[in-house]
Amino acid sequence: MIGLPLVYLLSGLMFAAFGVLSAADRENPKRFGNAAFWGLFALSFLAGDHLGDLGNGVLVLCLALIAGTGQIGVGAPKTTSPGERESLAATHGVKLYAPALVIPVLVLAGSLTFKHLTVQGAHLVDPKQATLIALALAALVAAVLSQIMFKQPAIAPVQEGRRLMDLVGWAALLPQMLAALGAVFALAGVGKTIGEIAVMITPVDSRFAAVTAYCLGMAIFTVMMGNAFAAFPVMTGGIALPLVIGRFGGDPAVVCAIGMLSGFCGTLLTPLAANFNLVPAALLQLKDRYAVIRAQAPTAVLMLIVNVILMNALAFHP
Amino acid sequence: MLTLLGVAVIVLGFALRFNPLLVVVAAAMTSGLAAGLTPVEVLAAFGKAFNTNRYVSVAWLVLPAIGVLERAGLREQARRTIRGLRAATAGRILLAYLALRQVAAALGLTQVAGQAQTVRPLLAPMAEAAAEPLSDDQRQKVRAMSAATDNIGLFFGEDIFLAIGSILLIVGFLDQSGITVEPLALSVWAIPTAIAAFLIHGARLLMFDRRLTPKAGDAA
Repeated sequence: MIGLPLVYLLSGLMFAAFGVLSAADRENPKRFGNAAFWGLFALSFLAGDHLGDLGNGVLVLCLALIAGTGQIGVGAPKTTSPGERESLAATHGVKLYAPALVIPVLVLAGSLTFKHLTVQGAHLVDPKQATLIALALAALVAAVLSQIMFKQPAIAPVQEGRRLMDLVGWAALLPQMLAALGAVFALAGVGKTIGEIAVMITPVDSRFAAVTAYCLGMAIFTVMMGNAFAAFPVMTGGIALPLVIGRFGGDPAVVCAIGMLSGFCGTLLTPLAANFNLVPAALLQLKDRYAVIRAQAPTAVLMLIVNVILMNALAFHP
Repeated sequence: MLTLLGVAVIVLGFALRFNPLLVVVAAAMTSGLAAGLTPVEVLAAFGKAFNTNRYVSVAWLVLPAIGVLERAGLREQARRTIRGLRAATAGRILLAYLALRQVAAALGLTQVAGQAQTVRPLLAPMAEAAAEPLSDDQRQKVRAMSAATDNIGLFFGEDIFLAIGSILLIVGFLDQSGITVEPLALSVWAIPTAIAAFLIHGARLLMFDRRLTPKAGDAA
């Protein structure tokens, strides 16, 4: 069965190639820092299951130290100049969109069909990971297709991947690091403590106050934990179930649906949601690490207010 | 109560702009030690969680394809396409994308677009081309708004889909609490917020255009 191990193998090979090519990149004064960083990341993908928990912990610590002491630079693989790209765009025209469209089409096709592919009753592809495997396949097909269609050098997919990866730099690792932090926080009972505090300061005497406290609590907790999913059980168990639903008779479906969306307003505001907020800033080469959060903030705050109003208006049937 | 120090480390570390990877490790250590674990136990717990969450980083597999396409001129082609459209403005392009992203996410197609595969090679160059000429500062703002629009479209669309993670989480949580709710009932109640998000962010995008165009009054 094709499952996550194959996807991890592919990712590991890609990062290993980034590491090797980084080491050979004389344009980058910090080339060995890059090589060590991407090499260790490759090791995690290729052998993470055999390193043991402490081994993985040491690996993460090394990654953080390499990044934190400023050992990562930006590689300069040979690529086309802006002028060459203009004329390439004129030559290839709309054909350039085709491989870019292959990605969503294959992701869609894969996530719909992989679940039904069986050989003698056994699943060919792990149905639980259908979308992720489809994404990996689509990325691979699109890379090969682009290289062939536009007659690019054979090494181009790896070198160009490295060029973009170096732009992202340490931020590439942050989403996975934060997911791991969430697990440690859960182990230490951080969420539970915040929930208890939120319950303690929630006013219990008016419906409007309880609804506001729940929506605000979802958003604030999400800002602190980086994830609405972590906030939902704590806030809903602490405020929504006993008060908004229990005492004031709110419709659980409306309360929970809008409560979760209030949490999403928090996601738009927090650097802890790194893959949405910090990684794009790196990908787009923004000078301000928090520029995307700044662009989102007015919408997020207004949407939070809208959610409070909507929950008040829709959750309580006469 | 002391375990909250980990959150304090995060807030301070991010506010003071230390390297976030170090801040995250420090926060995990702080909360873990405060909860009575030994440093080795914290490191092992962190390593284990890091290993099980590797799927989060699989998304980077898309970079080689995007990189090759950029090498062959994809971003320049995106700009050429937009320059051919007279009615195109940055705000209108982002508004159309917002609608597309919300509808696709509502149909469960959350992975068909994204920051690496759509915003960097296509959306941001298109929005920039439509708004040119731009000062350096304005260009940064257009790019940030492109990324923001992708997130907002995704977040306020996906909950309309029945089988998305957050809906399943809600159903499971309520079930444990003895309340039965159908996924459909939940996703229906995500629609009013989705419409409000389109109106609010859409209005912001159209106003964004006005901030980008040189004021007619200044020239006159």
